[in-house]
Formats: sequence, C-alpha cells, structure tokens
Amino acid sequence: MLKIENLCKTFHKSEPDEKTIFKKLNLNVEKGEFVTIIGGNGAGKSTLMNVISGSMFPDSGKVFVDNKNITNLFEHKRAKFIGRVFQDPLKGTAPTLTIEENLSLAMLRKSKRNLAFGVTKQNCEFFREELSKLNLGLENRLKTKVGLLSGGQRQALTLLMATLVKPKILLLDEHTAALDPKSRDKILELTKQITDDAEIATLMITHNLEIAKNLGTRTIKLEQGEIVFDLEGKNRKNINLLNFE
Amino acid sequence: MNILISTCSQGLIYAILALGLYITFRILNFADMTAEGSLTLGGSVCAVLVINGVNPVLSILIAGLIGSLAGLITGFLHTKLKIQAILSGILTMIALYSINIRIMGKANLSLLGKDTIFKIFGDTHISNFAIGLIICGVLLSVLTLFFKTRLGMAIRATGDNEQMMRAQGANTNFKKILAIMISNSMCAVAGALIAQSNGYADVTMGMGTIVIALASIVIGEAIIRKNSFLLKLIAVVLGSICYRLIIFFVLNLGMNPSDLKLFTAATAVVLLALPNIKKTIKRSVQNVKN
Repeated sequence: MLKIENLCKTFHKSEPDEKTIFKKLNLNVEKGEFVTIIGGNGAGKSTLMNVISGSMFPDSGKVFVDNKNITNLFEHKRAKFIGRVFQDPLKGTAPTLTIEENLSLAMLRKSKRNLAFGVTKQNCEFFREELSKLNLGLENRLKTKVGLLSGGQRQALTLLMATLVKPKILLLDEHTAALDPKSRDKILELTKQITDDAEIATLMITHNLEIAKNLGTRTIKLEQGEIVFDLEGKNRKNINLLNFE
Repeated sequence: MNILISTCSQGLIYAILALGLYITFRILNFADMTAEGSLTLGGSVCAVLVINGVNPVLSILIAGLIGSLAGLITGFLHTKLKIQAILSGILTMIALYSINIRIMGKANLSLLGKDTIFKIFGDTHISNFAIGLIICGVLLSVLTLFFKTRLGMAIRATGDNEQMMRAQGANTNFKKILAIMISNSMCAVAGALIAQSNGYADVTMGMGTIVIALASIVIGEAIIRKNSFLLKLIAVVLGSICYRLIIFFVLNLGMNPSDLKLFTAATAVVLLALPNIKKTIKRSVQNVKN
C-alpha cells in the first residue's frame, strides 16, 4: 500500500546548522497494517509523516501509494486518500464553524467544492449516526461551534473527520499527547475501532511505549533517521524500556 | 430630515466596502490593504465608462469585475510568491495609484451632467436611499447564501484553520485568492457608486477608507453580538450607517473636516481595544476587592 524508497531529507542544507534526518530510508506498509512509530526527539518521526502527507517534500527518494508515485503530488491532492490527525487538538478542526459544517467539509474530501449547499439534511442524519458512536453526546450538538468543545472532543471529531471518507492511509501524529488520561483512553479506543478496518494502512507516532506495544500490528523505532528495529505481532511484547531510550 | 436620509444612503454605499473588507479581515483573517486602491480603481473605471456613454449600471458591474483583478494580483503575490499579506496588499495599492491615473488620464474626472444610477431613478433623497438599500439587500442575501455553499464553507474554514483545510484536501491558495477577489470586487463597486454619488472620481478617493470600513465593522459588532452569519453582515451595514451618522453629528458640532480621519482612527482604536480595557478594569477591581 505505502512504499517509501531511498528517502533522503536534510534541513538547512549547506548552512552551519545543517541537519540530515534521512539517509536512504526504506519502509513498506501493507493494507490493514497498523504501525506504531517510536523514537526520541529529532529521530525523524514527524518528518516522515510530513513527507508522506506532502506538507514537506523529500530531497530525493520516492513515495508510492498503491504503486503510484506520489512524491511530487501537492498536499491537498494527496489528502483525498490520506487522513491526518495532528498532535494539537486545535489543528484538526475549524473553530468558528459548527460540528455539522466541519463534518460536511470532511465529507467533501473527494468531491468538488462547488456552489451546492454545504450542509444537507441527508448528511446530517449520517453525521448523527457516526457521532453517536463516539459516545460523547455530540450527536445532539450538530449546530454547536467546534471552538466551544474540549480538546478531547475536538480530537475525537478530528479522528472521525479523517476517516469519514475512508482514506487509504491514516497518519496519527502523537494524537493523544495533549490530552488528559481519560480523553486519551477514549481516543485510543476510538483509534482501535476505526483502524480495525482491513482497508486502511495506519501510521501512529507515540512516545508512550505501552501504547506502542499494545496498539496496532507492528512497531518500528526510528533513531537518527534509521529504523533500528521493526517488530511484528507477538515479538513486540519483548520491547522493554531498556532498548527504548 | 432629508440630510439624515442622505447620510444614511451614504452609509449604505460605504457598507458595500465594509462588507467587502469583512470578507478579508474577519472571514479570511487576511489584512488586505488593496481595498483603498481597488475602491479608487472602481471609481476611475466607472467614471471613464460613464463619460464615454456606457450605461451607469453596466459600468458599475464592469468596475466590479476590474476590481476583482486587483484582488487577483494581491492574492497571487501572497499565495504564489509568498509575500506577506499586508505587504502584498500595500504593493498592489501603490501600483494601482499610477494605474488609476493612467485610466482617468488625470488625477480626477468630473461626472457633471452625465447619467448616473441615481439620476436614472429620479435623484431624490428617498430614491437614492432605496437604491442603496436594494443593493445592500441583494448583497446580504447573496453573501449569506454563498458562504453556506460547499465553496463558501471551505473559504470560511480556510480563514479559520488553513492547515486543517489542506489536510481535508482543499486547495487553500485558490480559496484565498477567490475570497480576496470577491472582496476587492465589492470595494470597486463601492468606489463606482461613490463616484456616481459624488459626481466625480478622484485618485485620492480611497485614502483612509480601510479605517472607515474597519470602524464600521467594529461599530456593527458592538451593536449586534449574534452568532448568525446574516446578522453579522447586517451588523456591518448598520455599523456603516452609524458611522456616517456619527460623522454627521460631530461635523455639525463644529469639528474641522480635516480632523475626521484622526477622529475615525481614534474611534476604531477605542472600539477595538474596548473588550481588553473592560477586562483589565474588571481584573483590577477584583484585585482591589481581594
């Protein structure tokens, strides 16, 4: 599904503070796989996400999705098949728009943004159904401005928006890091629910080893832009704090 | 009474400008300085057309179209050439100064004895007011509907959270350029109407109009604090009318007309700072109590 070939990326090239992140990184993620990514700060986790999502272009190397080369595709074009949830709960939603408007925008991910009405009754029924699955009571607050919701609620909404139109790839960039323990567990539970889908390939960055071990199907650790271990299934139980940092 | 009505009609014409700026300042979160240039651009284009015998209503529409080109340039400078928002607006505005003189051939053009939209409908105080009211009414309904469409919603979301819109697969640069074009087109229409109403177009007619529009927006927001989009737009129109009435009264009280710009700027500052001042006072009162 997702294939990264010989990825190279250097920041501030030929300047005193030049920093090489990736030197020929290779990574393959199959359909239905859920990869948790761990690694210290500066290891290249976020840069990897940015290169996949297209908010950053690599110096060299290629990114393939379904065997299609998307290395030079613009961010907004890729978003048609890549869903994203950011670390900051405020980044994934538009605060002055209502819940139904935010969800409608997410529904339009693949369609034209033309002069048809943005929010339709038919969609609202669907939104109500999907929102009730979150168990946050948001299904009765479709006309509430998103800016009035809590961080946890907004992150749940962002997660829903990222998957409302089923993406091929879901990128979760420390999406529980800014939440309190209760909201975090809620979001993780939702993440599990959503990523059970066998069609989506998921990549999740986390600094929490327990989450990395227990969620998903595969764990990789990045260190200075290189994959230092890549474990699947039961093998992941053996990751301990010693070889984590 | 008649003077009051014509003051209100003037407020309605300037409301078009304020609504245009509302799109960039409030919806898109983009401080667009092009407005002063595009208002004059609308005035000059319209004046030249009217003098050459073009129907005054048609020339207003053409002025609007030309005005959107000014927005296109600012949008291009900002999104494609990555020039800062304020600077790209200022650059277009300054460039328009020369262009406007080129269009008119000199610094000002008189429309004396020419047909204007106001003369067509009788040029009475009431008819002029009605023209302003109808234009504002049409604009309000069109804008309200437009910002509820998929495209309009995407523009609002772009102003709100650009990164989120890109992550949702929207070309945010296109949305921004489009919104800036709509805004400047409205500024140019306002300019065309001002030229026809005043009976002349002048290269300096745009000077200070951004502050006037901004003052109208904040006055409106002080009058109506509602969440509905339509009410927010109505507030801008009311704000513009109130601004004109305030100006009318202070001039009657004997203020020197050349002090008006200072007065307008001060009004805008006070209204913009008011929420913060209130908070500070509240906090210090509480501190004293404790």
